[in-house]
Amino acid sequence: MTVKFEEGIETEIEVRDLNLWYSDNHALKNISIEIPEKCITAFIGPSGCGKSTFIRCLNRMNDLITNCRTEGKVLVKGENIYEKEVDVVNLRKRVGMVFQKPNPFPMSIYENIAYGPRIHGERNKKKLDQIVEETLRSAALWDEVSDRLNSPALDLSGGQQQRLCIARTLAVKPEIILLDEPCSALDPISTSKIEDLMMKLKNNYTIVIVTHNMQQAARVSDYTAYFLLGELIEFGTARQIFEMPREKSTEDYITGRFG
Amino acid sequence: MWLKPTTTEKIAFAFLTIAITTVVAFVFLILYYITANGIGAISIDFLTNVPLKRMTEGGIYPAIIGTLLLITGSMVVALPLGILAAIYLNEYAREGKLTWTIQMAISNLAGTPSVVFGLFGLALFVKYMGFGPSILSASLTLALLVLPIIIRASEEALATVPKGFREASLALGVTKWQTIRKVVLPIALPGIVTGAIISVGRVAGETAPILLTGAAFFLPRLPDSVSDQFMALPYHLFVLATSGTNIAKTRPIQYGTALVLLLIVLGLNLIAVAIRRHYRKKMKW
Repeated sequence: MTVKFEEGIETEIEVRDLNLWYSDNHALKNISIEIPEKCITAFIGPSGCGKSTFIRCLNRMNDLITNCRTEGKVLVKGENIYEKEVDVVNLRKRVGMVFQKPNPFPMSIYENIAYGPRIHGERNKKKLDQIVEETLRSAALWDEVSDRLNSPALDLSGGQQQRLCIARTLAVKPEIILLDEPCSALDPISTSKIEDLMMKLKNNYTIVIVTHNMQQAARVSDYTAYFLLGELIEFGTARQIFEMPREKSTEDYITGRFG
Repeated sequence: MWLKPTTTEKIAFAFLTIAITTVVAFVFLILYYITANGIGAISIDFLTNVPLKRMTEGGIYPAIIGTLLLITGSMVVALPLGILAAIYLNEYAREGKLTWTIQMAISNLAGTPSVVFGLFGLALFVKYMGFGPSILSASLTLALLVLPIIIRASEEALATVPKGFREASLALGVTKWQTIRKVVLPIALPGIVTGAIISVGRVAGETAPILLTGAAFFLPRLPDSVSDQFMALPYHLFVLATSGTNIAKTRPIQYGTALVLLLIVLGLNLIAVAIRRHYRKKMKW
């Protein structure tokens, strides 16, 4: 499905006829969508509609699931990531992901951030210190943790942990950030902090978020896609989707008649 | 007639209490019995001297060293092999006939009597591969014996590492192997160490396998190399208690030997527990 983006906005990810099966379960059906750069695109829909499965196709996290089969194309900056010769490890470096449940490693705050850059070859301590500070600042967490970088990340609150996970993702310098229901385990205050953060990050990154919270999608997203039973039902600007949905089922869902 | 739930609760609890009391009582009884009978025999001389006068006097130094060498030798082989096998089975193997066969083989190996391992070691290492009756043959045999324990414990430890940690690492563009090394293994380490603790106890105490692969009846010196024969505490104890030159006279030495064996295993366990606690503290989530 294509939508006319605002002036000057290019397509970052283009999906063409994507189908996905878990064994015999046809979980995604002929998905075609163009996701704009440096915007927030939200995927909404009831549980089991395939929105999480779909976002996990964008950095090939579904490869980890046995008996999961994909057909179709996902072009990131014009390059099909499902091509055989694609380096999946490098792809995931470019397309970072934040998960539903905050999952910092059982290490210190500092080590959590330094983990990625270090594995990708950064050995210089000064440089690492700088990355840690920069990313924690970008994730709006620096002021809360700058005095205890060496304490365990798991001592942080859920919301802080999630921002730490975002910082950890930023540390490997991705171009795209995928967020899979990042606030579903968080309280409203932490949620609003993450939302503010997303608004700030979209200046530099393309952001895709899956959310079951329609208010959240309405608040933060520039473009919104509505999924139902493995199909992309409607895609448009957030304003259009929430104010004048074209499809009956979209309207039913956003007005809370089911879901 | 049906009993009231509160009554059955009381009866069940009574039986559970009896069970646990019995278990604890026997453990302490054994410990007390061996300590009480063995403590008198232990002295610096006993620990640092070779057996003298047809093993009726002197110490057990060569047997202590022999047992420590067996523990080291078998762990050097079994730990890396077992942990790597567990990583393969838990992280890489896909469910299928081959994996099922491997799992069955490991389970069967775990249930094989140790004397069978001894005979196998005798045939393979001592005879066929020509290592002779030696520390090398015995260590390799013991390594095979504890391999299933280490694999099972490591597999369980790896399986309890939450999926979220793996996904987080992979999503940062980190390879599977780097993820295993840097994230999964450190978290699984306490469980792996538990497997190692149990195996050290097994290795230190096994008699049948080493009897067939290199333990000497009497060898009042230290082995020169890994291809030399050796004395070991459990076999020495067996010899003194069943076929020594003066079984009655050597009773205190027998208990002393048993106590030393117990203390070695206990000491190694304490070290392992300390390692485990250290990592648990660092790795709690």
